[in-house]
Amino acid sequence: MNFNLSKKHLLLQELFRRFAEKEVKPLAAWVDEAEEFPYETVKKLGAAGFLGIAFPKEYGGGGADNLAYALCVEELSKACATTGVIVSAHSSLCAAPIFEAGTEEQKQKYLPKLLSGEWLGAFGLTEAGAGTDAGMQQTKAVLDGDNYILNGTKIFITNADAAHVYIITAMTDKTKGTRGLSAFIVEKDFPGFSIGKIEKKMGIRGSLTCELIMENCVVPKENLLGSEGQGFKVAMQTLDGGRIGIAAQALGIAQGAIDATVEYVRERKQFGKRISQFQNTQFELADMQTKADAARLLTYRAACMKDERQRYGSQAAMAKLFASEAASDITRRCLQLHGGYGYIREYAIERMMRDAKITEIYEGTSEVQKMVISAGMKVN
Amino acid sequence: MKIIVCIKQVPDTNEVRIDPIKGTLIREGVPSIINPDDLCGLEAALALKDAHGFHITALSMGPPQADVALREALAMGCDAAFLVSDRAFGGADTWATSKTLAGAIQKLGFDLIITGRQAIDGDTAQVGPQIAEHLGIPQATYAHNVEKVCGENAFVVERLFEDCRQKVKVKAPCLITAISGAGAPRYMTVAGIVAAYDEKTVDMLTFEDLKGFVDEGDIGLKGSPTQVRKSYPKAAKGQGIVHEVSEDEAVEIIVNKLKEGGLI
Repeated sequence: MNFNLSKKHLLLQELFRRFAEKEVKPLAAWVDEAEEFPYETVKKLGAAGFLGIAFPKEYGGGGADNLAYALCVEELSKACATTGVIVSAHSSLCAAPIFEAGTEEQKQKYLPKLLSGEWLGAFGLTEAGAGTDAGMQQTKAVLDGDNYILNGTKIFITNADAAHVYIITAMTDKTKGTRGLSAFIVEKDFPGFSIGKIEKKMGIRGSLTCELIMENCVVPKENLLGSEGQGFKVAMQTLDGGRIGIAAQALGIAQGAIDATVEYVRERKQFGKRISQFQNTQFELADMQTKADAARLLTYRAACMKDERQRYGSQAAMAKLFASEAASDITRRCLQLHGGYGYIREYAIERMMRDAKITEIYEGTSEVQKMVISAGMKVN
Repeated sequence: MKIIVCIKQVPDTNEVRIDPIKGTLIREGVPSIINPDDLCGLEAALALKDAHGFHITALSMGPPQADVALREALAMGCDAAFLVSDRAFGGADTWATSKTLAGAIQKLGFDLIITGRQAIDGDTAQVGPQIAEHLGIPQATYAHNVEKVCGENAFVVERLFEDCRQKVKVKAPCLITAISGAGAPRYMTVAGIVAAYDEKTVDMLTFEDLKGFVDEGDIGLKGSPTQVRKSYPKAAKGQGIVHEVSEDEAVEIIVNKLKEGGLI
């Protein structure tokens, strides 16, 4: 067992850190305040190879691994959680299922554009009546000659309006429940596809969370991902990988909050002392850093297990469960150490606290993670 | 065409402290970076590669830890990297350093050499020009922009001074010292870092490898005519005076001060 990053990973981390500091951090407050999607940053992310990190070079990827990908999402999220989730949703929820379940033709057609950042990706599973209960989906796909015709509405889709390609799940055989679910690669300009309402959110406000509306949407049958009926399996495997990304995002938010707070308590004076001199401040931060490090080890372990092609579903769920709850707890306590200033938008900590909450909800709520972990333990 | 870019790994001076008793730099815990002017040199070379497909070699002299600076150069897009490293080269001043690097450059072969103007740790701005002198080739310093002359084996260099710009044409083989250019140095890429560690190599050049290109009397501490006697931090400037006045009054105060000092 070795807890050190390799020289290669250290240099990758250095690249992610420099990029986040220079390109992402200065825009974080604006992205949140204006609820603006950072299109220019995404172009730069693509140019530096951040949108294809863990994919082979033959498809235009970086040829690195999931540990490098986690390091990237962590560093970006330290500066801006919106930017972190843009990369995570694109990589884990769109490029990854095409790479893992796609045919060679699908990979050749979509991966080079996605991994270079020319196209951005998104993933549509959730519906109004089918959140955690993903088997209750109403979106239908009916084969008609050479095309599937999709009808239905997806909600809460990250990256939606900025994306060019979507992994969409739809029922091809409702009588079979989750086994009647299929996955499709849908392009934004396919006939019958449109973007609906853009949601107003509490946090990660620049990430363009929208409805996807399919009204007799025509999807060529060669865009079926996997075979008919495999949609649930594809979606669950996709979310296993996505949880590494969200764990890394939560970890980044937590560490970003601690770093900002350490800086603040060294400056802020009360009762004639810097507040860093009070033992309460020191103990609070020590406790928070311990939690953040535990989240880091769980996240990196899950990423390394995926890289080693081991079964990592439970470990990814543990990382996501722990890191997201740590992020919420740590940002709340960091805000408390900021006192009244922490509640003012001039300081990043209030944004971080709002951003943290979603990590306990999306890509499987904390309760879903516990279902996955306990199933892995064969409790019942 | 073959370009060699000389880069130096330096301590990030924002983080450096000096041991008050020994008077030496405290290097522990200080992050190392590629010297900023050398990054500008790398960018200038890589821009020439983008336009003309030239072959770029990054060259550094230093301890084995400088390997990471060369990996970074490879990750930015350089084709090859060499680290001149040997205990025998230790303690070199700018003369011995430029002699050693000139030897390595001769061994490797080149059409154009690019160095940074100066390093942030030594601030001498001597090594680049000295390499050109040792090799007997023309040099253009303070290069802000470098372009290949179409159809000729030459470069047009825009030199940037405090009060003017100058364009000169230099015939290859030649040496250019770079300062920050129009475009910021590019980022490494993810694929570049993977290639830097998994596909490319940083090759070591020891004194043994450079025999015939550099003399024993010109290297290391023994080959260095200058020796550092003492390093010490600059005394802190005196307390400044803060005038809380309007802009017009502020201008008057500053002008009077400059007049008092005979500066205007």
